[in-house]
Amino acid sequence: MADTTQISPDTTSEGERTELGRSADKARIGAPSGTVDTRAVIDGFTEEGESLPGGDDGVEQLGFKKHSHGNAPVIPEASRGERRRSFDLADFPALTGLEEDWRFTPLKRLRGLHTDALTGAAPAVAVTGAGNVTVETVSRDDARLGSTATPEDRVSAAAWNSFTEATVITIPRETVADGEVMVGVTGTSPAAAAQHVLIRAEAFSKAVVVLDHTGSVTLAQNVEIMVGDGAELTVVSVQEWDDDAVHVSSQQAKVGRDARYKHVVVSLGGDLVRLTPSSIFTAPGAEVEMYGLYFADAGQHLEQRLLVDHAVPNCKSRVTYKGALQGQDAHTVWVGDVLIRKAAEGTDTYETNRNLILTDGARSDSVPNLEIETGLIEGAGHASATGRFDDEHLFYLMARGIPEKAARRLVVRGFLTEVIQQIKVPALEERLSESVERELAAGNL
Amino acid sequence: MSTLEIKDLHVSIDTEQGNVPILNGVTLTINTGETHAIMGPNGSGKSTLASTIAGHPRYKVDSGTITLDGEDVLSMSVDERARAGLFLAMQYPVEVPGVTMTNFLRTAKTALDGEAPSLRHWTKDVKTAMAQLRIDADFAQRNVNEGFSGGEKKRVEILQLELFRPKFAILDETDSGLDVDALKVVSEGVNREHAKGEMGTLLITHYTRILRYIKPDFVHVFVAGRIAEQGGPELADRLEDEGYDRFTAQVEA
Repeated sequence: MADTTQISPDTTSEGERTELGRSADKARIGAPSGTVDTRAVIDGFTEEGESLPGGDDGVEQLGFKKHSHGNAPVIPEASRGERRRSFDLADFPALTGLEEDWRFTPLKRLRGLHTDALTGAAPAVAVTGAGNVTVETVSRDDARLGSTATPEDRVSAAAWNSFTEATVITIPRETVADGEVMVGVTGTSPAAAAQHVLIRAEAFSKAVVVLDHTGSVTLAQNVEIMVGDGAELTVVSVQEWDDDAVHVSSQQAKVGRDARYKHVVVSLGGDLVRLTPSSIFTAPGAEVEMYGLYFADAGQHLEQRLLVDHAVPNCKSRVTYKGALQGQDAHTVWVGDVLIRKAAEGTDTYETNRNLILTDGARSDSVPNLEIETGLIEGAGHASATGRFDDEHLFYLMARGIPEKAARRLVVRGFLTEVIQQIKVPALEERLSESVERELAAGNL
Repeated sequence: MSTLEIKDLHVSIDTEQGNVPILNGVTLTINTGETHAIMGPNGSGKSTLASTIAGHPRYKVDSGTITLDGEDVLSMSVDERARAGLFLAMQYPVEVPGVTMTNFLRTAKTALDGEAPSLRHWTKDVKTAMAQLRIDADFAQRNVNEGFSGGEKKRVEILQLELFRPKFAILDETDSGLDVDALKVVSEGVNREHAKGEMGTLLITHYTRILRYIKPDFVHVFVAGRIAEQGGPELADRLEDEGYDRFTAQVEA
């Protein structure tokens, strides 16, 4: 697709120095072998390591425009890895909207989540579906809380300091959950509230956990996710809130040795939904897949900011987020930060974001960021494209007699179904497909 | 019996360097039951002719006409052309992620016929056609062309040809990128449909080898956006021996 930055592997042998240069148009390590010179070259890369700007080198094709980086003045940060992490609210200054990580979020519509005391009643939590999984409601002084995730922004820190009791879901060691763990989160009050959920997949366990968000809320939420060594965990976060809901959620995962972690975001309902899912590798050999689907209607703001932190060697990550937009002032934001630290040799990572704008008046921001501090990696790349429709898809379908409207619907469904198919919970897949159908129907497509 | 008639067709495309003419007066008539081969060197405009007939928006018709049984094809939208009975087997079929072959084929068949096919017959037809073209049954559940090899994509184009039963089939370099076995399978598919006597075929190719399997009634040599020479099957044999040099040399002179 348009606008890709590809970093392909090279046959650099161990101990060989990585050559740093600025000559290439594209961020690229090495050329295919065949030349004697096997030194790797990365544009914008210094000896110490420097962030790549995230692809200003794209070409437009098939009507897809390369991603924008916004026009707002921004307070820069030197590296995504240096962002402040703290449990102390005082460590995070009051928000102005100019901060790099808040510049796309309409603060006025947060309904006080970033300024007020979060004293409202937290939405009700009901966990069903698996008999061999432990579910506890614990007080905030439980030692396990906060052991996996540390707040990275003001709202997350406020939530940490405000929740009264937390839900802890534990998949015991070497246990395969005997059903999908459905975590119903149902909001009934618009008062600003805080919530804390801890999901612990102990070593060699296997489970699918679905956070199913419905109702009406003004909610600051932290979801801590511990993926133990050799564990296989899927966490699906579904946002089918009522139209007035405001939801800011940090969903941080720490991923252990040889673990498999899949995180799926589905954001359909709510006035403002801002999710910050992260995956932090803590030991080698793990694989992470992060998927997202969002469908914004008129006036809706759906934002997702991801972090994949490759801090250790030989881990693999794949990120695929897809969004559709329709209606006046529908706004989606996707920011994908991938950090490959100095120690993370052998990393293999690729992230993709695609957006499909179905009507005039909608806005989609897409910002992939790739920071690379070592050249000794398997591969790293990203792709981002936003467009109305792929004209070639449309032509192919119409050339088979399918009228334009029907062809567009078929393509949009297809575009989003790819992500729904990743959930692997048939009943939920079916429900979400129906929800997407309703969204499509509402847009007169 | 149907007739597809192309008269003095001039086509151009808009590029960053301005408007570039590609077809410079093509005249060609195809009737039901006939197979016409259009041969020519790269860049002679063969594929442009195919895409223009199908209505690809990139190509601008500057003058000339295309009619199907007297109906003005150029005034029809892309889907109307397909429903009128024109089928383009594409040179580079696109991948449509998320749309399964099963869903796509049924949606298209329903659109083409104006009614949903009887489920029992349709499923059987699809299975039979897939087996004949040696397409694995599991392709039906895969997304349209997604992850298919070049040869598999071409077979799926011919699968559609057999299932949709058009009045006129335009095969745009269907043979390119196929190994001998795949070429045979694909050719057999075209011949099966042609043998029913209800289709005219326009076969666009760079190479003569497909003409060993699909016998043309007429051969047209395309050079610089027009037909430079036409004749019977013997013209293809001559091209096989002599190549296109004779024609390209004429143009350069």
